[in-house]
Amino acid sequence: MTPGSTPAACAALLRRDLTLVWRRRGDAFNPLLFALIVVALFPLALGPEPEQLRRIAAGIVFVALLLAGLLALDTLFRSDYEDGSLEQLVLSPHPLSLLLACKIGVHWLTTALPLIVLAPLLGELLHLPGEVRGVLVVALLLATPLLSLIGAVCVALTVGMHRSGMLLALLVLPLYVPILIFGAGACNAAQAGLPSLAPLLWLAAALVLALVLAPLACAAALRISIS
Amino acid sequence: MPVFDETHARPALLEARALAFARNDEPIFGPLDFTLSAGEVVLMEGDNGAGKTTLLRVLSGLLAPTSGEIRLHGEPLTLARLSPQVVLLSHQGGLKLELTALENLRFAAGLVGQRKGMSPPSALTAVGLDGYGDVPVRQLSAGQKKRVALARVLLAPVALWLLDEPYANLDRSGIELVNRLLERHAHDGGAALITSHGAYAYTSGAPRRIALHDAQRAAMTLPTGAMA
Repeated sequence: MTPGSTPAACAALLRRDLTLVWRRRGDAFNPLLFALIVVALFPLALGPEPEQLRRIAAGIVFVALLLAGLLALDTLFRSDYEDGSLEQLVLSPHPLSLLLACKIGVHWLTTALPLIVLAPLLGELLHLPGEVRGVLVVALLLATPLLSLIGAVCVALTVGMHRSGMLLALLVLPLYVPILIFGAGACNAAQAGLPSLAPLLWLAAALVLALVLAPLACAAALRISIS
Repeated sequence: MPVFDETHARPALLEARALAFARNDEPIFGPLDFTLSAGEVVLMEGDNGAGKTTLLRVLSGLLAPTSGEIRLHGEPLTLARLSPQVVLLSHQGGLKLELTALENLRFAAGLVGQRKGMSPPSALTAVGLDGYGDVPVRQLSAGQKKRVALARVLLAPVALWLLDEPYANLDRSGIELVNRLLERHAHDGGAALITSHGAYAYTSGAPRRIALHDAQRAAMTLPTGAMA
């Protein structure tokens, strides 16, 4: 790869962001801890009857992971915006949408993927039936990149504002609701012994669409935010 | 109006015509007219709040001007045409505090490429930070951070430097270093537009100066060859 080419730029950005996550690895545990605490609180509040917990387990895990992802979302562009690296990305001679797609990819890899790995354990805490576990992981694998991509567009819109946390949540949550419905719906269908393929295919279709469109929207939104 | 300024032997690298910027109907600077040719260093002087930083952001294509136009090699400026030719040193510096000086420069080189005959370590040597390559930028002083940011500018294979307060935080030898780098860049056919609030100045050579006055009506003085 010649220095300054677009593949080299993406590789440099991936390497830098992964190094940064490693240097700040203490922060990386926050979403995991958050999800674990939320899931652990439900049996305390609802009582330990396995039958009741089993019924709502998939939904709780889904909501816990969604909120944990929301917690990590704001950091996506925040430090780059504050230290001026975002300007450099915008001024670099490469497609901004591609560079942002790399950033979103690293963010998903380092915040969402550990949560997905943790998800079967969280399900176990709530007596999630074994046959639903597979559907839950597949649904999360399709839903979390979608959450990251849609969330990134909203973060790009709000990154120029101070204390944008509440606004970000207001913007993001309505867009997250359909993903939650399809994702948790697939798990519930599997639990009831019904076919769960349809909601998963809907998630996959939305993910394909978002993979193409979200980085473009993200780039446009960031250009507005830094001006 | 002539499309091309005949008085300049070299084509103007950057040309601003009646350039003005207003935020929420409040004028920040302008209207401004100036040209920047290859091999030239132009010093933009103005008090705090005179719109120097905003002007650099407009010239770098990050902000759209309210009125007037910017031409790059005689053609209207777009971000796509400008970005392979420009490096912007903003006051934030664009450095990652958790990364070392060398890691920051390697990232910059990966992003925009590197100047022929130069590498991240040699750029660091050129700004007088030999031996600081593996120190996290967080542990460097403000002046040393500025030097790392300058090394990034030096490393970029571009002709146009837009430097916002390059002298801030630097000691006397640092100021001389900036002057030396600017001189060499101009000598090699590059061009630089630098801002300063006037406390420090580009002393060597005879830079052209543009004065940015109060936001309301920024007058500009541009007698050709105005001396320092």
